[in-house]
Amino acid sequence: MSADITLLESDVETSLRSTVREMLADRCDPNAVLSAYEGDRALTASLWKTVAVELGLAGLVIPDERGGAGASVREAAVVLEELGRAVAPVPFLSSAVEAAIVLREGNSALVEQVASGERTAALLAPFSTAPDADLPRMSVDGNERLSGRVTSVAGALESDTLLVAADTVEGTAVYALRTSDVAVASFVSLDMTRPLADITVDSVPGEVVVPPNSGEAAFRRALRAGAALLASEQVGVTAWCLESTIAHLKERKQFGRTVGGFQALKHRLADLFVEAESASAAARYAAGALAADSDDAAIATAVASSYCAEVAVHAAEEAVQLHGGTGMTWEHPAHLYLKRAKADEIGRGSPGHHRRVLADLVDIPAS
Amino acid sequence: MEDDTTAADLRRRVASVLAEHDPATSDPLEFHRARFDAGLAWVHFPEGFGGLGLARELQPFVDGLFEEGGAPDNNSKINGIGLGMAAPTILAAGSEEQRRRHLRPLWTGEEVWCQLFSEPDAGSDLAALGTRAVRDGDDWVVNGQKVWTSVAHLARFAILIARTAPELPKHQGITYFICDMTAPGVEVRPLRQITGEAEFNEVFLTDVRIPDGQRLGADGDGWRIANITLNQERVSIGGRDTPREGGILGMVADTWRQRPDLRTPELHDRLLTMYVESEVARLTGVRMRQKLAEGKPGPEGSALKLTFARLNQELSGLELELLGEDGLRYEDWTMVRPQKVDFTQRDAGYRYLRAKGNSIEGGTSEILRNIIAERVLGLPAEARADKDIPWKDLPR
Repeated sequence: MSADITLLESDVETSLRSTVREMLADRCDPNAVLSAYEGDRALTASLWKTVAVELGLAGLVIPDERGGAGASVREAAVVLEELGRAVAPVPFLSSAVEAAIVLREGNSALVEQVASGERTAALLAPFSTAPDADLPRMSVDGNERLSGRVTSVAGALESDTLLVAADTVEGTAVYALRTSDVAVASFVSLDMTRPLADITVDSVPGEVVVPPNSGEAAFRRALRAGAALLASEQVGVTAWCLESTIAHLKERKQFGRTVGGFQALKHRLADLFVEAESASAAARYAAGALAADSDDAAIATAVASSYCAEVAVHAAEEAVQLHGGTGMTWEHPAHLYLKRAKADEIGRGSPGHHRRVLADLVDIPAS
Repeated sequence: MEDDTTAADLRRRVASVLAEHDPATSDPLEFHRARFDAGLAWVHFPEGFGGLGLARELQPFVDGLFEEGGAPDNNSKINGIGLGMAAPTILAAGSEEQRRRHLRPLWTGEEVWCQLFSEPDAGSDLAALGTRAVRDGDDWVVNGQKVWTSVAHLARFAILIARTAPELPKHQGITYFICDMTAPGVEVRPLRQITGEAEFNEVFLTDVRIPDGQRLGADGDGWRIANITLNQERVSIGGRDTPREGGILGMVADTWRQRPDLRTPELHDRLLTMYVESEVARLTGVRMRQKLAEGKPGPEGSALKLTFARLNQELSGLELELLGEDGLRYEDWTMVRPQKVDFTQRDAGYRYLRAKGNSIEGGTSEILRNIIAERVLGLPAEARADKDIPWKDLPR
């Protein structure tokens, strides 16, 4: 069940982690991230180019023979931990994980373009869509033109390609659309580091990238990977919150002593550490189970999704609280993590939703 | 198993013990002695003391082979303190003679051990202990009271820490002894607990004479050696992976499956939340063992103990609520002295009450949080008023 999946990090993963971390330390400081809230999206484009092309991570999970790096979602999980730790505003999850996994299932040449970072894609589904939820579907007419509307889509603003499920007479296919052909209405997002948009598609030509019958499975597989790997992003968010709060409490003095020496605060941080370690094991297991195509992948995903989301929110809330007045300010980065954590909690299914999925998987019926 | 030749060698050694002492027909004691003498009791102990000087991580492999071969149990449930705490301490700090005298009958289960550490006024602040040992010729004369002592009523020997230099600060004046539980002046009284049972004891020590040859380590070195004992607790957590739904979770889940009449939406979500937390704790344990197997011990031992204490308490509480009116019935308040703690064969009410001890025994959750905060996270230590003051001058 779990004995055959290592929860430790391989040397390759450690090296990948430090590469990504160093680049982000250099290129993605919190002040620059903060500019996303003022509508400045300059950082996103240049940072994504670095991640996707210079580090070659756009095609991380795409096979070698199709232009990718031939790695697995385990390595992608490591990247997401680091992106979470930096609240980096890049569409790695939407393009390099979710869209890449959909495209992997078909024969479209688009997969090479996404692998190289030449094109960036996103799934046309609300960010809140859970892997087992009803899929948003476009209608398709006799001329392969698609129509429909999908709200709260992540990655759309950064993408030139949108992947959408549509029912044909032969079953559900996945079509690719040009983002330039659709109406993209961005709105003010709770998490401006992963801005969302409402998409209206009105008789737009599409290209079949995953054929009918395997389209729905491909879409769901991608959503499941999204849910499972969001847990790793949440582990990264948690790690930053814990580390920065510890650092603050070692510095801050009140009542003539370092506040980190007060037992009431130490115990809260100890509890948070326990949660962070646990979340990291759960997220690593979910990524490992998915990468190994284990029978346990669905349970592992439900467990990690419900657990890590709540831990990240708790960590971010504690970070704001334990930074005191500073934690409430716009200039301190804690709020960026709180917003990311809370939005991620809703992303790809809420903890409560994943617990109900788990209920079916482990035979704990509601009634 | 990284080293195939070691694995093959261990297989051969185990097969040889099993062949020469068929578990089905041999006297269990004779079998245990043969296994000890073959170095297969604790493979990481030195040769001659039940081991082969191999890596500790190989022990579960050996245990598994013996289990498959139908080997009898060496009283391990009752002698947990002896096997887990006394033996490694005797190995680390004992003289050659002490090791030779005690390790073999300890491992074979002939001699059960208990631990005379905690006192009524020295629990979490163990170094404040007041049991006195005064030198008298070749003996030490011990007076004091210990408490929360499991299996004292069954034990032949005890590991004991006592104060030998009250004029020194509290950590410096402690010495470590091996106490013969049959010596005159040792009185064991059952200590009845909230379950109604007396799983633990109080031990009164009145003019107990301990020969100096039963001192473990140097006079005054007791605190350092006691920490060797206490650190074993963390190392001893989990040699093998536990199954999903192990422990109390499995019992609550089974009740849920068998009793649809008890289900409510509110209890459903609480059960699922604890299901997730239990599964995550299990995975954290799996990772800890994977790290240990690579020789990288982490701080997860304290973290896992905290987690399991909390989960056991929450799950056992949920189980009673789930049972509704059945949860209002308790099995038996008669005072008995159980030989071991067994959560599985008991009613939910017992589990609920007994689990409350999980956050106190073996280090309270509060102390474990301090350990994590100070030793792992590097936060400042609590201000200490007693560190450099002679023990005899401490306010009490």
